[in-house]
Amino acid sequence: MTHTIDPLALAGAKPKGKRPYFLDNPDVERVMAITMAVAQELAVMRERLDTVERLLESKGISQDDIDTFVPTKVQADARGAWTQEYLARIMRIYQQEIEALDKPNEPTSEDVGHELAKDD
Amino acid sequence: MTQTTYDGPPDYRLVGEHGMFPKTSHDEKARFNFLAHLNRHLASRILPGVKTAYETRIEPNNPSPNHRNQVRKDLLKDPLFQHWSAHRRNTMELRQQAGRWVTLRQADVLNEKANRLTYGDPRLELDPSLELPIYLSSIDHHCMPGSYHDELVPGDVTGAANYDAGIFVTTGGGLGRFNDGGGHAVVAWMKKNRPDFAPKRILDIGGGLGQNVLPIAQAYPDADVVCLDTGAPVLRYGLARAKEMGVDNVRFIQANAEDLSRFEDGYFDWVQSTMFLHETSVKAMPKIMAESHRVLAPGGLVMHVEQPQYSADMPLYEQAIRDWDAFYNNEPFWTKLHELDLDQWMVDAGFKREQLLHGGVAAVVDAELFPEHANDDVEDYGRKAAWHIVGGEKAAA
Repeated sequence: MTHTIDPLALAGAKPKGKRPYFLDNPDVERVMAITMAVAQELAVMRERLDTVERLLESKGISQDDIDTFVPTKVQADARGAWTQEYLARIMRIYQQEIEALDKPNEPTSEDVGHELAKDD
Repeated sequence: MTQTTYDGPPDYRLVGEHGMFPKTSHDEKARFNFLAHLNRHLASRILPGVKTAYETRIEPNNPSPNHRNQVRKDLLKDPLFQHWSAHRRNTMELRQQAGRWVTLRQADVLNEKANRLTYGDPRLELDPSLELPIYLSSIDHHCMPGSYHDELVPGDVTGAANYDAGIFVTTGGGLGRFNDGGGHAVVAWMKKNRPDFAPKRILDIGGGLGQNVLPIAQAYPDADVVCLDTGAPVLRYGLARAKEMGVDNVRFIQANAEDLSRFEDGYFDWVQSTMFLHETSVKAMPKIMAESHRVLAPGGLVMHVEQPQYSADMPLYEQAIRDWDAFYNNEPFWTKLHELDLDQWMVDAGFKREQLLHGGVAAVVDAELFPEHANDDVEDYGRKAAWHIVGGEKAAA
C-alpha cells in the first residue's frame, strides 16, 4: 500500500508553540531526551522477550530452564565474540581518539583541500 | 522477596478497541505501557521529591511568595524541578511520537474506514468555512501536533485517532477502557442528584471525538444529543467511533461554542462541557456562557466539568505545580481559567446565584481492570481523573 503520509517524517513533528528547555545546559536535555527514547526501546524489547518466554513456558520450556541455562563452550565463545564486536562499535570514538594521539599535526580535510586547490 | 499488590497502570491490551481504534503491534503496545509507567513514576516517585526540595531548599531562601508565578520562578532554578519538568515534557513528546507513528503508518486504512462510516450520514455536519478561534489556531494543545483540526490529507482522522489511542498513557488508564470515565462520572452525578431529569435534547460543547458524551447518550437513549466542536477530524472520527460502538443518537456538528446561533433559544435541556473551558480564552468565555444560557430550555441545566479552581486556601506551591501544563504543555489559558470566579461568569450569563450547582466527580471506570485514581494518593496535578463541577439551572417556565 502506498502512503500519501510519511510516518517516518511526521511522527515526531513539532507541536505549534516554542519548546521550553529546563536544564541549565540544553545539550544535557537533548542527551536526556535521546537516552529516555533508548530506555523506552529497551523496555519494549524486555516486554517482547517476556512474551517469548511466556509462550515458551506454555510449550514446556520453563523460566527456570532459561535462568539455569549454561551455554556450551562454542555457544559462549560466539556470545563473547558478539559482545566484543558490539562494544567495538559503541566505543569507536575512543579508538579513533587513541589512534590520533601520535598524529598531533595531522591535517584536516579542509587543510588538504586548500593544498589540493592550489594551482601554483 | 516480599510480594506486594500491584497498583501500577493496567496493561495497554485492556484498552477498549472499538471498530475505529487504530491497530497496535506488540511493540507499539509495549511503548505505550512504558510511557504510562514513566508518567506514573514521575508523579509518584519524583514529584513528591520536588515538594521536599521546595520546602527544604527553596522556600527557606524565598519566604512569603505572594503569587504562584513567584513560586514557579523559584522552582525553575531548582535542579530537581528542572529535571522533573524536562522529563515530563519529554514524556509527552514521546507519547505524541508513539501515537502518531501508530496512526500515521495506517493512515490510509483509518481514513478510508472513517469515510466509509460517515460519508453521506446526516449526523455529520461539517462547515469548511468555519474560522478557528485564536486559542486553537495559535498553539497545539498538550503538544499534540496538528491539534484537533489539522488534516494531513483530505478526510484525515489520524490526529483524532492518535488522541484516542494515547489518553491511556497520560492518565495511566485512569479514564477507563474507552477514555470515557469523565462522561460516566457526569452520568453518575446526574442519576444521583437529578434522578427524574429526562432531557430530550443534550448539547456537549467542545466535545472533541465525543468520548465523554457517548456515556451520556447511552444513559439517555431517547435524547437527541449533539457533540459540537471546531475540529472536523475529531468530529468525523467521532461519528465513525460512535457508530462502531453502537451509539446512534449523537450528531457531530462543526461549530464554535461562542456562536450557537444555529440553535433557537431554549432548544436544549442540558448543555455540558467536560474539560473544555481551559482550552478557550477570557474573550470567549462570556460568549460561551451567554450562548449556553440562551439555548437552555426552562427547567434545563448547564454543567461544566473542570480541574479544581485555585482557591485562596490552595497552597501556592500546589497552584504552581498545577500551572505546569499551562506554561510547559501548551495549555495557555489553563492558569487564567483556574483563577476566574466562574460563579460570577455564570451569573453574568443570566443564571441566578441560588440556581448555581457545585460538586465534585471522579472518573467512573471498570475498577476490576483499572485503578480508581480518585481513591489513590498519587496526584499528578492537573491530570488526575477527578474534577469539579460548576453548573447552573434555569427555572422551569
